[in-house]
Amino acid sequence: MTTLHLALAYLAARPLATLLHVLMLALGVATLAFLMLFTSQAEERLARDAKPVDLVVGAKGSPLQLILSTVFHVDVPNGNIGLEESKPISRHPMVASATPVALGDSYRGHRIVGTDESFLALYDAKVGAGRAFKDEMEVVVGSEVARRHQLAPGAKIIGSHGLAQSGPGHDDDPFEVVGVLAPTGTVIDRLVLTPVESVWHVHEHHGPKGDATAPGIAPAMRPPSQGGRLEITALLIKYRTPIAAAQLPRLVNASTAMQAASPAYESARLLDLVGVGVQTLQWFAAVMMASAALSVFVALTSALQERRYDLALLRTLGARPLGLAALTLAEGVTLLVAGVILGLALGHGAAHALGLWLAQSGSWPLSGFAWAPGEAILVAVVFAGGIATCLVPAVQAYLSDPASLLAKR
Amino acid sequence: MTRALDRPEAVPGGAGPMLEIRGLRHQYDGRTVLSVPEWDVPRGEASLVLGPSGSGKSTLLNAIAGLATPTEGSIRIDGEAMTGLAPPARDALRARRIGLVLQTLHLIGVVTVRENLRLAQRLAGLPANDARIDEVLANLGIAELAGAKARNLSVGEAQRVAIARAVVNRPPLILADEPTSALDDANCEKALALLLAQAKATGATLVVATHDNRIRERFAQRLEL
Repeated sequence: MTTLHLALAYLAARPLATLLHVLMLALGVATLAFLMLFTSQAEERLARDAKPVDLVVGAKGSPLQLILSTVFHVDVPNGNIGLEESKPISRHPMVASATPVALGDSYRGHRIVGTDESFLALYDAKVGAGRAFKDEMEVVVGSEVARRHQLAPGAKIIGSHGLAQSGPGHDDDPFEVVGVLAPTGTVIDRLVLTPVESVWHVHEHHGPKGDATAPGIAPAMRPPSQGGRLEITALLIKYRTPIAAAQLPRLVNASTAMQAASPAYESARLLDLVGVGVQTLQWFAAVMMASAALSVFVALTSALQERRYDLALLRTLGARPLGLAALTLAEGVTLLVAGVILGLALGHGAAHALGLWLAQSGSWPLSGFAWAPGEAILVAVVFAGGIATCLVPAVQAYLSDPASLLAKR
Repeated sequence: MTRALDRPEAVPGGAGPMLEIRGLRHQYDGRTVLSVPEWDVPRGEASLVLGPSGSGKSTLLNAIAGLATPTEGSIRIDGEAMTGLAPPARDALRARRIGLVLQTLHLIGVVTVRENLRLAQRLAGLPANDARIDEVLANLGIAELAGAKARNLSVGEAQRVAIARAVVNRPPLILADEPTSALDDANCEKALALLLAQAKATGATLVVATHDNRIRERFAQRLEL
């Protein structure tokens, strides 16, 4: 018959109230844990995907859209730029490497990216099976694409026009899988890479079947026969020198019909935009937790009133004042521990469930089997606040006078 | 205010009284609510503290148990001074030497009868001894209640459990505060018989405080307040 045993017996004697207190606390913890997991993994993922690229040069329009479409591969591009027009930028002395990106088609929701071998180097990607693409209509697929669709070298795949899963297919122009990339933990795992000439080829000779203006279809590569020039969607630039960060974007924006956008800047802006909503939810969760702490306080205080004779009795049996305080504290801490454990389980479970759902749609993965850096602080703050809340009734228990209580009885 | 009706004799063999009270006085708001100039209770005897409500009976028992600190005077239990001890030492002495039966038969309702008795063992610093618990419950005729939640007991059953808890550690001194005042005649007689029998069985000294004149004649040793 330990203090904890007795505390558990008191909690079990009021199952509904105990459950409600634990649930209130758990929901606050779960919301905060979920938001921490979501934001930390989103920030980490955005940073990892954006890190290899210093600057993106593409069509004028929204710089955020340009970055989202060509670096994170989650939005439709603004438009295209002429290949010839982009060449002076590629050859600029401040540019270490310029990787072309030609978008327009997809394979079962995965972007088909027309590019060259420098794309692999940009993300430090290695071919895990087979070889890198060399000729038109050859593709290498990212590890996630290969895993989800069980692709191996030698497989044939049919691309769809547009970036949505339901675009019209290029049935007459199958791609041949010649390689599968080793996992990198970056966006490249979810891409299908092919020489940029493949994209031109598909649109030059056959064009898409069906409606090319269907939703989700990007302003894709226009064949030379239709526009008279070769186009790409963007150039992914790596600087040769840090000073380029100050000069090159200005040069592009001021002296060409293209725009330059920085992935680091735009992803920070994106996080700021998302951050407003996240902060609101965080405040909401914090208020929920404060309410839960208050409810635990009220529960302990009223429980103390209800069982003041029990406490007096325990004193008559030889329990010391500190023992009674420990009993009250044990009751509160049990509620806290249960609330925190349940909250973390709910938060991580929700993150994992969302991650599984996002993975089905080919979006970036979110894992519940991870520990956000702020979670340790969250747990510490909840325990510190909770224990501070429990201390008041614990001190009341400590100060209770058994003789006067028993005399009143 | 107080008169000792029967001056007890010390137990032959040289052992001192189980309970010694000297010059005990307790004031509340400047008013003296208890005064016991001298009272000794010999070992193994059953004594009665008799008086009307408000006469200080509970205050006296609380002072003997170390739950209240008297304004002046001394109390010695089994040769050890209760008065003057620091609170933790008083708690330890009470847990070790005193079994209490309270006026309201108060038990911890959310745990079982057995757990109530284990709690008494643990708070006295003794290891859990289920054999002893079973023995006491059997002696009191409530062996079948060991697993019952204390809050589900009848008044009579709770009375027996309270007695079981008071004697389970074989304390040398048992204090009972109004153990019969809420009971009808039949149950009063039963409860008292059990209390006396258990005290006798464990060789404990018994002090019963009551205003219940029905039990007056059962005690040779009496202190009237």
